[in-house]
Amino acid sequence: MIIACPFCGPRDLSEFTYCGDADNLAARPDPAATDQAAWNAYVYDRTNPAGEHAEIWQHSGGCRKFLRVVRSTVTHEIESAEMVGPKA
Amino acid sequence: MAEPFISTPVITDAAESPLVGHYEQGTFGNLDRGAQVTLTERFPLAICDVFAWTGSETKSANAIKRATKLALTKTRDAVSEDAQAFRHAPGRWTVIAIDPALPETLTTAVGDNATVVDLSHGRTVLRIDGGQSRRVLSKLFPIDFKSDCFPLEKGIATKHHEIFAQIQRVGDDAFDIIVFRSYARAFWHALRRSSEEVGYAVE
Ligand SMILES: [Zn+2]
Repeated sequence: MIIACPFCGPRDLSEFTYCGDADNLAARPDPAATDQAAWNAYVYDRTNPAGEHAEIWQHSGGCRKFLRVVRSTVTHEIESAEMVGPKA
Repeated sequence: MAEPFISTPVITDAAESPLVGHYEQGTFGNLDRGAQVTLTERFPLAICDVFAWTGSETKSANAIKRATKLALTKTRDAVSEDAQAFRHAPGRWTVIAIDPALPETLTTAVGDNATVVDLSHGRTVLRIDGGQSRRVLSKLFPIDFKSDCFPLEKGIATKHHEIFAQIQRVGDDAFDIIVFRSYARAFWHALRRSSEEVGYAVE
C-alpha cells in the first residue's frame, strides 16, 4: 500500500504508523472520567465498515506529520490523504 | 527576546567517530568491475535542526541562507562545498556545515523566527558515490532514487527498517545519508553489505 503524503509524496506503507479511526477521536471520554462502559465503547466498539474508512496515520518514517487518510478497507484504494494539526 | 541558548561547538580535535574500529579503508566485495561505489564517513561536522515557528517559514529559510551562504529558499534545498541544507518536514530543515560555529551562526541568524537544535553529537553522515549508488540504496530504502524523482540537492526523510534516515543528493551519483549516531555502526554494516554486490571502496 502506498500513501501519498501531502509533503513527502507517495511513500511505502512501512514508513507510516497507524493511529486509529479518524472519526472516533471525538468519541473519547473525558480522560478523568471512570465510566467503564464509556471507555469500553471507545476502545472496543468499532463500526468496521467494508468500504470507505477515515483513519489517522503518522508519517513516522518521514516528515512525522499526522495525516487523515480516507481508504477503502475492501480494495485498499486511498481516496485522500490530508495533513492535520499545526502547519497543516 | 530572551538571551538565546547557544550550544557548545564540536571540539573537532577531540570528537570521536562512532565507527572507530569499524572503519576499514580499502576495496571490498565483488571487484570484477572494480569498486563501483565509494563509501565515506563525513566527520566531524556541525549538524543542526531548524524548526520555524508557524508563519516564520520564509524568514527562517532566509536566515539559514544568510548563515550558510547556501542558495536556499523555503522550497528549494541546497548544497555547497562547505554546507548543505534541506527541508525534511513543513517548516523544518536539517543544516550541515564544516564550520563548528554553525549552531551559533544559525541561532543568531534565525532570532525569534525559529528554534535551532544542535545535533552534531547525535547524527552521523555517510556518503555513497559512484555509478551504482542508486542500486545499493534501492536495496535499503523504499525510495525512488532515479534522477527525475530525486533531483540534485533535494533532501528527504525515510527509514531503513527501524533506522530513521535522512538522505540528500549531493552530486550526480552521490548521496549523503544521515542516521542517528547510535545506529551508525548498524547502518554502516548494512551499507557495506548492500555494496558488496557492486564492489566498494572505503576512503
Ligand atoms: Zn510525509
